[in-house]
Amino acid sequence: MKFTTTLLASSAIVGAGTLAFADAHGNMAKEMTLVSWGGAYQASQDKAYVQPYLEMHPDVTAVWDESSAEAVAKLRAMNEAGNVTWDLVDVVAADAIRLCDEGLAMEIDADEVLAAAPDGTSASDDFGDLLVSDCFIPQIVYSTTFGYRTDMVGDTPPTKICDVFDTDAYPGKRALEKRPINNMEWALLCDGVDKADVYDVLATPEGQEKALAKLDTIKDDVIWWSAGADTPQLLADGEIVMGSTYNGRLFSVIEEQKQPVAMLWDAQVFDLDGWIIPAGLPDDRLARVMDFVKFATDTQRLADQSKYISYGPARLSSAPLVGQHADMGIDMAPHMPTDPANAQNTFLYNYEFWADYRDDIDAKFQAWLAQ
Amino acid sequence: MVALTPISRKPVSFYVPVVAAAGAIAGLFVGTANGSGFMGVIVGAIIAGALAFLLTQIVKNEKLGRWATTVIVAIVGYFAAGIPGLIIGAAFGWFFSWFSFWLYEGRYRARVAPYLTPGQVLWHFAFRVICGAIFIFLITPILVVMPLSFNAENFFTFTPEMLSFDPAGYSLKHYRDFFNSSDWQGAVLNSIKIAPAATFLSVSFGTLAAIGLSQQHVPFRRAIMAILISPMIVPLIISAAGMYFFYSRVGLQGTYLGVVLAHAALGIPFVIITVTATLVGFDRSLTRAAANMGANPVTTFFRVQMPLILPGVISGGLFAFITSFDEVVVVLFVGSAGQKTLPWQMFTGLREQISPTILAVATILVAISICLLTVVELLRRRSERLRGMSPA
Repeated sequence: MKFTTTLLASSAIVGAGTLAFADAHGNMAKEMTLVSWGGAYQASQDKAYVQPYLEMHPDVTAVWDESSAEAVAKLRAMNEAGNVTWDLVDVVAADAIRLCDEGLAMEIDADEVLAAAPDGTSASDDFGDLLVSDCFIPQIVYSTTFGYRTDMVGDTPPTKICDVFDTDAYPGKRALEKRPINNMEWALLCDGVDKADVYDVLATPEGQEKALAKLDTIKDDVIWWSAGADTPQLLADGEIVMGSTYNGRLFSVIEEQKQPVAMLWDAQVFDLDGWIIPAGLPDDRLARVMDFVKFATDTQRLADQSKYISYGPARLSSAPLVGQHADMGIDMAPHMPTDPANAQNTFLYNYEFWADYRDDIDAKFQAWLAQ
Repeated sequence: MVALTPISRKPVSFYVPVVAAAGAIAGLFVGTANGSGFMGVIVGAIIAGALAFLLTQIVKNEKLGRWATTVIVAIVGYFAAGIPGLIIGAAFGWFFSWFSFWLYEGRYRARVAPYLTPGQVLWHFAFRVICGAIFIFLITPILVVMPLSFNAENFFTFTPEMLSFDPAGYSLKHYRDFFNSSDWQGAVLNSIKIAPAATFLSVSFGTLAAIGLSQQHVPFRRAIMAILISPMIVPLIISAAGMYFFYSRVGLQGTYLGVVLAHAALGIPFVIITVTATLVGFDRSLTRAAANMGANPVTTFFRVQMPLILPGVISGGLFAFITSFDEVVVVLFVGSAGQKTLPWQMFTGLREQISPTILAVATILVAISICLLTVVELLRRRSERLRGMSPA
């Protein structure tokens, strides 16, 4: 804060003309409310960039709010009540797109707001295609993929996504997420649809029927989950033989909790998670958030985050800096969903498709579930 | 009465089927746990029926028969499922051997009136069994939480080590997590700040409202009462959403004061109801006597009325405290992250990571609740004793 103090002092001397400048840059709010998902993911953010930032600025405090799961609804309510209490919100890319469309998130210019890579590459090139919305500041790439109990699959562990649909070879319950996204794609893929055609087929009513019919073949063996923590619990219990969840959760089950579980990376679905800044923040809070977000999403900070959780950094320039786990000392690169060995057959969450078809397919999926 | 009731041995055709039926119910649970409820029923009925016949008709010596059955079934249980099997087996063996002789000797008749018909005797015991079953149904989820909170692993699972009572399967690490985590400690601190303040407001306003509303001459008493009680009846989510928008506008959203006021509104109905109930037994001539002797209304209230209705005030206050301490919906709306209370922390913790730390917290809270309810019960007894309603 020395710099700003000097700035304030000098601006006071120079006069009213420069005072406006000091207002924008010196008068930053002393408190930030950061919204995230809780659990190990929030802990990784806290260790990788929030605590370092607070050490650099000892007069600033940060409060966590674990409300990302209902961020869209809450931001709408805050906006309606004219009382936005959040400063920076961690959301998945699909929610960011929605919030941006509704005008609840602030549009930003990546090159202006975010730090350039150490070699001088501009932020927009460094993040590349991952800047899926004008409001979205990506942090990590995660994937939704399967884990299986190594002691319940015999001598031939599953290697392909279609093994999930093979109840003869792998009897037992499976855990799938209680929503059509991902499940429909996997069902079509295992029903013989070419990977390139999956979304074309899924856009047609016949294709949707086809996917549901494929899911119907294992419906009796499925336990539906809605929280990311469900599948790890079910796997640890031995209630299920395999189940989908976020790859970081499975990493924790395998490496930290030492459960007899292994990863099935085939047909994993990449998705992005990142920050949005709520629209309409007062100047002092906005200045603080801008300062923080520039620091928190630079190349080194995003690489640091991968020391604590097995999610891939969203910047290209961070990838070479991925090192070892902070406590366990194991190499993190092989646990990243983006590692070449794991990423042989992958999907990227199709934001456009699901924005257009989500309501329709959701209704059909729920009706099918209720049958 | 006990001596008058004739006791006689019963025929085989009566007690063997009854014991077999009890065995079938036990078999249903064991069988369902092992994948086939139907097989469990059949096997359970056969084993229990055979046991009853064997004990009463062949062994005959009750003491020997009961001990032998308990030990043998316990040993079978031990070889089937280790130490938990041993305990469950001993319990089963003890129960079924006792049950067989109890029916065979006709001892079940001893404690009931001699003129009851067989149907009435059956109902007499069936009623008790049903009450017991309901009690177990209600209490089991709470009891299961307690041993799980000492789990050495990070999952809600009874590990094999726990089931064999291996000390390595148990640990206090979730209690350590709770006491060492700044999130949890901050949440406890917030709850401790908010709940007493909300209780104080609820008790003050609730008691005054109850006293006022119990006066005959207050107009629209019933309507006012209904409005004051309404937070109890209106779905919480509706109150919460309403408070959110209102408090946002007046600048109370996300402040301690806002959460305290919201919780006070939820607690007031409990205080009104309990205090109104105690006021029914309050003799109004006492206040007139006090006034006659020159005491002003405030003095009368604190010196005469308050001591007499104190048990009602305190139990209302305890309910208000528990309401605030347990409340999650309203605080999620009215509070912001800075006012994260214990239930809020539990709610997010349970959704994002299923960690037994929550079970440790739950165990601690159950212990606190038991203490509070014990206090309420002791106060109630004391007030009854003071009023001479029950012998001291």
